[in-house]
Amino acid sequence: MPEITEETVKKISRLANLRLDADETARFTEHLEKVLEYMRKLNQLDTTGIPQTAHALPKQNVWREDQVLPGLDRSEALAGAPDVRDDCFRVPRIIE
Amino acid sequence: MDQDYEIVIGLEVHVELATDSKIFCPCPTAFGAPPNTQVCPVCLGLPGTLPVLNRQVLVLAIRAALALEATPAEHTKFDRKNYFYPDLPKAYQISQFDQPLALRGIIEITTPAGPKRIRITRVHMEEDAGKLLHPGADGRLGTAGSSLVDYNRTGVPLIEIVSEPDLRSADEAYAYLIALKEILQYAGVSDCNMEEGSLRCDANISVRLRGDQVLGTKAELKNMNSFKHIRSAIEYEARRQIRVLQEGGQVVQESRLWDEEKGVSYPMRSKEEAHDYRYFPEPDLPVITISAEMCEAISQSLPELPQARRQRFRQKYTLNEYNAGVLTSSRELADFFESMVDCQAPAQAACNWLTVELLGKLNAEGRRITQSPVGPEHLAELVRMIESGKISGKIGKQVFAEMYQSGRTPEDIVAKQGLSQISDPGVLEKVVDEVLAAHPGPIAEYRNGKTQTMGFLVGRVMQASQGKANPKLVNQILKERLDR
Ligand SMILES: [Zn+2]
Repeated sequence: MPEITEETVKKISRLANLRLDADETARFTEHLEKVLEYMRKLNQLDTTGIPQTAHALPKQNVWREDQVLPGLDRSEALAGAPDVRDDCFRVPRIIE
Repeated sequence: MDQDYEIVIGLEVHVELATDSKIFCPCPTAFGAPPNTQVCPVCLGLPGTLPVLNRQVLVLAIRAALALEATPAEHTKFDRKNYFYPDLPKAYQISQFDQPLALRGIIEITTPAGPKRIRITRVHMEEDAGKLLHPGADGRLGTAGSSLVDYNRTGVPLIEIVSEPDLRSADEAYAYLIALKEILQYAGVSDCNMEEGSLRCDANISVRLRGDQVLGTKAELKNMNSFKHIRSAIEYEARRQIRVLQEGGQVVQESRLWDEEKGVSYPMRSKEEAHDYRYFPEPDLPVITISAEMCEAISQSLPELPQARRQRFRQKYTLNEYNAGVLTSSRELADFFESMVDCQAPAQAACNWLTVELLGKLNAEGRRITQSPVGPEHLAELVRMIESGKISGKIGKQVFAEMYQSGRTPEDIVAKQGLSQISDPGVLEKVVDEVLAAHPGPIAEYRNGKTQTMGFLVGRVMQASQGKANPKLVNQILKERLDR
């Protein structure tokens, strides 16, 4: 029984700020179900005794010292902004 | 507040850590820089960049956890909290979800019913978001429909401290925040500067009928940054919920904001689905293992914390609870006091001069103890001069005012202005005799049994000596002369 329905895809796309048309919704429903299918296959592996990990790399404790370095000039920082005003990124009004 | 209902409060406090650089990039964290001048490709969330953890963030976060008696995790990791908001350039915040830095702490607060232990659920690390500005009110065209974003704060390191729903009133919440702030300041984790937004608080509030075991539906008051506002906001919100229930309604689970000017809370307009954060492990940051040695070293470097210091002040210096509380309200103030004691000032007198005279002046000018023009050595010297009788208490106040103004030493002021107390009996006898010669009336009254006249004559002698006469000796000499 498939776990991914069109409703799931609609919810996920809404959360991801993506607008999908009916065709795309159907296509991604199928794709995501295939991804889960693969996960179900992985789930069959016996992982008893293998510690849980959040990362594939055997690295840990990677850090830097608390040292300030100069960042971007403001003009550079704002170069990618869709719109600029008063040295700030200008975006559609946010209401709270 | 309606006595049939019990208020249940849990607090989530965000505190900025006192680092020089941001949590995942080397941009400065200094407050007050012009907009978008403390940013780089990492904190702007530009493609192809990678975060690297600032080790000092971990150290300070562990310090905070240990100071709050929480247990740091052996293994901890970062997660992505996903949501879209313009103050969040990556469309996710790097935070911690299921393996937070530390669990299970305690803060002891003082309530009218005695001390109460408030449990802390967890302490975790995360990055701050940017700052949204909403222009338009100034009437300028073209700005009304837009918001402006300054990303200087983006990536500033925070810890979030989450309490259990153990608080039962706005006053308890207030006491919790004061205690938390004191501990974090003592531990050197944060300056907790409210004006600069270094400490912000969300409050989960629900009400239930007394005796009910199940918690009521909660509302969350978001993003408050003044302890006083938090107290009034909680009081208002609890009253609002009680009214809803009494009128037969139901409390809606929602996020609300506090409007201090109007004195009301109101629901946030953002959509609820924004709270589906879809946390997952941050793939760009390897996991962290906190060794016992690291914890031990940090624990060793923690100073004596407010609660312990308060207790010690009461015992060692026999101060009352109130004075011990005032003196230990900040580490700097407590250090100032102990420096005075180290300079041989008697504890009680040192406490009085420090809390009444010096703090009185500093508070009136909105200055902090660290900005005092009078240092602990000099204030201790003044106290010693008074205690040893070199100058009178009254002259002491005069000298203190001069010290505060000029920064000069009390010794210097007393010597240059000839303020030393006159304790030479020969000199005092002369002044007393002059005063007596000028006041035959009062002498007669005294000898007729109206002994209160003595006070009047002492006053005259003090006046004649410009306050410098040793009052004890003056009394003695006067009595001798009058009773003769
Ligand atoms: Zn940066």
